Amino acid sequence: MAGGKRPTTALRVVGTAVRKVDATAKVTGVTRFADDLFLPRMLYAKLLRSPHPHARITRIDTSRAQAVAGVKAVLTGRDLPIPFGILPVSQDEHALARDKVRFVGDPVAGVAAVSEEIATAALDLIDVTYEPLRPITDAEDAVAHPEPRIHDYGDGGNIHKLVNLEFGDVDEGFAAADLVREDLLFFEGSTHLPMEQHAAVADWSPLPDGKLTLWSSTQTPHYVHRALAQVLELAPAKIRVVATPNGGGFGGKSDPFSHEIVVAKLAILTGRPVKITLTREEVFYCHRGRHPTLMWVKTGVKRDGAITAMHFKSLLDGGGYGSYGVASTYYTGALQTVTYDVPRYKFQGARAFTNKPPCGPKRGHGTPQPRFALEVHLDKIAEQLGMDPAELRLKHLVPPDSLTANWLKIGSMGLEQCIRKVIDGSGWTQKFRKLPPGQGIGLACSSYITGAGLPIYWNPMPHSGVQLKCDRGGGVTVFCGSTEIGQGSDSILALLAAEVLGLDPFDIAVVTGDTDLTPVDLGSYSSRVTLMTGNACIQAAERARDLIAQQAARKLQVPVERLAFADRRVFDVQDPARGLGFAEAVQAAEAAEGTIGTVGSYTPAASPGKYRGAGVGPSPAYSYSACVALVDVDPASGIVRVPKVWIAHDVGRSINATTVMGQIEGSVYMGLGEALMEEMAYRGNRNVVHKIPSLLEYKSPTTLEMCDVVTYVVEDPDPNGPFGAKECGQGPLLPVPPAVANAVYDAVGVRIDEVPITPEKVFKALRRKEKGEAPRFGPTAFPDIVWPDPIRVAPPWEGGDGKAVGPSDRRTVGQKTRPAGSKR
Amino acid sequence: MADAKVKLAFELNGEPVEVAFAPHKTLLEVLREDLGLTGTKHGCELGECGTCAVLVDGKPVLSCLVLGLACAGRHVKTVEGMAGGGTLHPLQDAFAELGAAQCGYCTPAFLLTAEALLLENPRPTRDEIKQALSGNLCRCTGYVKIYEAVELAAARLRGEDAKPAPESLYGWR
Repeated sequence: MAGGKRPTTALRVVGTAVRKVDATAKVTGVTRFADDLFLPRMLYAKLLRSPHPHARITRIDTSRAQAVAGVKAVLTGRDLPIPFGILPVSQDEHALARDKVRFVGDPVAGVAAVSEEIATAALDLIDVTYEPLRPITDAEDAVAHPEPRIHDYGDGGNIHKLVNLEFGDVDEGFAAADLVREDLLFFEGSTHLPMEQHAAVADWSPLPDGKLTLWSSTQTPHYVHRALAQVLELAPAKIRVVATPNGGGFGGKSDPFSHEIVVAKLAILTGRPVKITLTREEVFYCHRGRHPTLMWVKTGVKRDGAITAMHFKSLLDGGGYGSYGVASTYYTGALQTVTYDVPRYKFQGARAFTNKPPCGPKRGHGTPQPRFALEVHLDKIAEQLGMDPAELRLKHLVPPDSLTANWLKIGSMGLEQCIRKVIDGSGWTQKFRKLPPGQGIGLACSSYITGAGLPIYWNPMPHSGVQLKCDRGGGVTVFCGSTEIGQGSDSILALLAAEVLGLDPFDIAVVTGDTDLTPVDLGSYSSRVTLMTGNACIQAAERARDLIAQQAARKLQVPVERLAFADRRVFDVQDPARGLGFAEAVQAAEAAEGTIGTVGSYTPAASPGKYRGAGVGPSPAYSYSACVALVDVDPASGIVRVPKVWIAHDVGRSINATTVMGQIEGSVYMGLGEALMEEMAYRGNRNVVHKIPSLLEYKSPTTLEMCDVVTYVVEDPDPNGPFGAKECGQGPLLPVPPAVANAVYDAVGVRIDEVPITPEKVFKALRRKEKGEAPRFGPTAFPDIVWPDPIRVAPPWEGGDGKAVGPSDRRTVGQKTRPAGSKR
Repeated sequence: MADAKVKLAFELNGEPVEVAFAPHKTLLEVLREDLGLTGTKHGCELGECGTCAVLVDGKPVLSCLVLGLACAGRHVKTVEGMAGGGTLHPLQDAFAELGAAQCGYCTPAFLLTAEALLLENPRPTRDEIKQALSGNLCRCTGYVKIYEAVELAAARLRGEDAKPAPESLYGWR
């Protein structure tokens, strides 16, 4: 465990409830978000966006716009010819569309003017001639219509990506089952809806400096840095990206965006600072949110619920560009195996291009959809077997320190405790199938990664770096490329440095998210920050502590092993009165060693899976959650209310209790929104235009819809986490939608196999039930997709080595079947 | 577009101010762009999210829907006016203590709306807090810590020696 070499003092900071280091700035309105920056001579930029979902651009004439008084520059796709994209395999975006537009809202031209009003007016004077193409409205449409192609790359027609993975012979597993069940489910797309609209300010210092600075509300300054260098053909050393504190991210600010590149280019062209702040409507076009996902799942189980095999198919509606979509596709199939024993597993996933705003990573990235499907499916299986759904889950949990069928390495695993907490707390056994009509209770569980095992672009360097500087006065500054998006990442650095060095968190200054000042951290995504920056920070702090301890030992005439750091002192653990103040100790060290500065870094261990596709799913640690939801369903209207949710989350170890609670409650909130109301809806018959790009009409829970939350923090420390910590910012969202769906069934006996669970869907299902039809609302078919040959990988217990096996040598792999449900 | 500027006098955070601005500007724009008080935020500029709320004569208003010109002679309070004499307002302190401000973007509006509530009703029930804050959207917190912070601050404003409940900070055992 990182931090495990410390002297023997008990933890003083880790695990307490501390206010965040930036809390005062946030409650006083002092925090400067990107749109709060005003630079002298600043210009304002606006983007012209496509009114067509799919069209060729045959002509753009900007002359009338350029002639407007106050307009300083106009850009089109011709000015920014180099493509970009967050994934190396999907470099399919241009800052401004060149030949073609791919969704309503795709940026086509950019204007910089002395005021926002003039820039907006100038947009109307840009003449664009479009030749409309048939739009592809959704994933099924994309499967059915390979032409016209939205992109000229991918896995054929309008299919962006196809994945086919098989871990053991699932047919043999199904044959050995007592019950085989198939279900079809759909998870509607939803968006992040951060309260802060994206904003960016660019500034250019002319030659000989030739230096660009971009302040942006981005979760990933390192990737923006790379994208700017690529598209603008500038040396990375000539670009500084500063991630301003994000007014909410949730994954929506994780891609390099058109508007960031456009203001940078406009600043270079005009020699003046340029700001852009997207309107709320434009934020809906940036999107990169939850992929609408159709899912088919087939599972074989023994009478006691032990799974013999699982086959999962997903079809993702990707929108107009690649974004993180290849990773998202794999994620819809990666984590089915990390909660309950799945001895044999097959996954087929497809992502389609459609003419809508691109989908990407939203809180839970690609895993809330399959988790919804799996947990509802298991609820149905439990009912068919006559088992309590909690018992079914508890009997077949993945053991800690084990490998899954798809070669994911499980470390600590606190799901059993989580289930027991919510079962006991909610009074489950007295309520399940026993509540009066209209009231119901449902259970679901989940797991999430604590950071991705691999970086987005392949490289052997650390995922996170920290530099730490000790001041003569006893202060410490921690420098790290991490990005504060409200999750408390700045505070994690301060708390961990304070813990190791025996200081108060508020003695630590934190400098983050600035590519000139801070070492690379890959960004605030995939719940990686606490674990990765935390481990890097602990390493840097321990190195500083060791330097200081050596000199303190000399000065105090005490063996260095006996020195402890606490309460701003360095002292002999056998004679605590004998010691130095921390500042005094730093001075002694500085006198002997020179300036005290150290570095730390973190790289995840290699994953045991070695097959193509094994890069998505591995994580240093998996968090676990269990959720019970209580619902009231009005059969007359179909309206579902959720008065209360019980949630237990295995966070490994809580570093800041305050932040952990906030992340769990916030995850429940966002899960509730996806369960009941949030949807990115488009008018398929009216040009695929977004139906509701506003905060009023895109329904999200207000104080009046939010449920009561009973939170249990379970701590099952993971050897890879800083002091054992795992993630808590995304995982607790995942079990909420299926828990609500299962509770609705308990309440009124209808299955809503699709979120959001709107009144209309419940009402329709109730009508079907009355008429004696299948008491269900949900998808009815999964389209035929021509899958590539599967990549076959033998599970660990079938003698596999983590590598794919070819069809010819498949029989050479040991075929000894692990009995379903047995522990490995 | 190049409207002649108008001059306006009103009271801002307890002090008289005069400001010249283009007459079409909203109070939100006047505060942020002409007075440099960027503590007031915006989420939609259409009156949908509550993020831009400030107090005008003690009542929460959406500053994105109010013309600056409508504020002549009125008392405007923004988040910058909440802390006094180098000390946080009890609401600010409770929000910081409980983590009711995560990203902090919606926070100024929640604080001011809650302040207006507590001035009218020093002992609000949970439901009354929910009603009062129902026009403010927050995407980070799930509102739970915000309710708890308002309750904590209300108790302290009543002179009680209130502390956060352990389950609020650490969860249930």
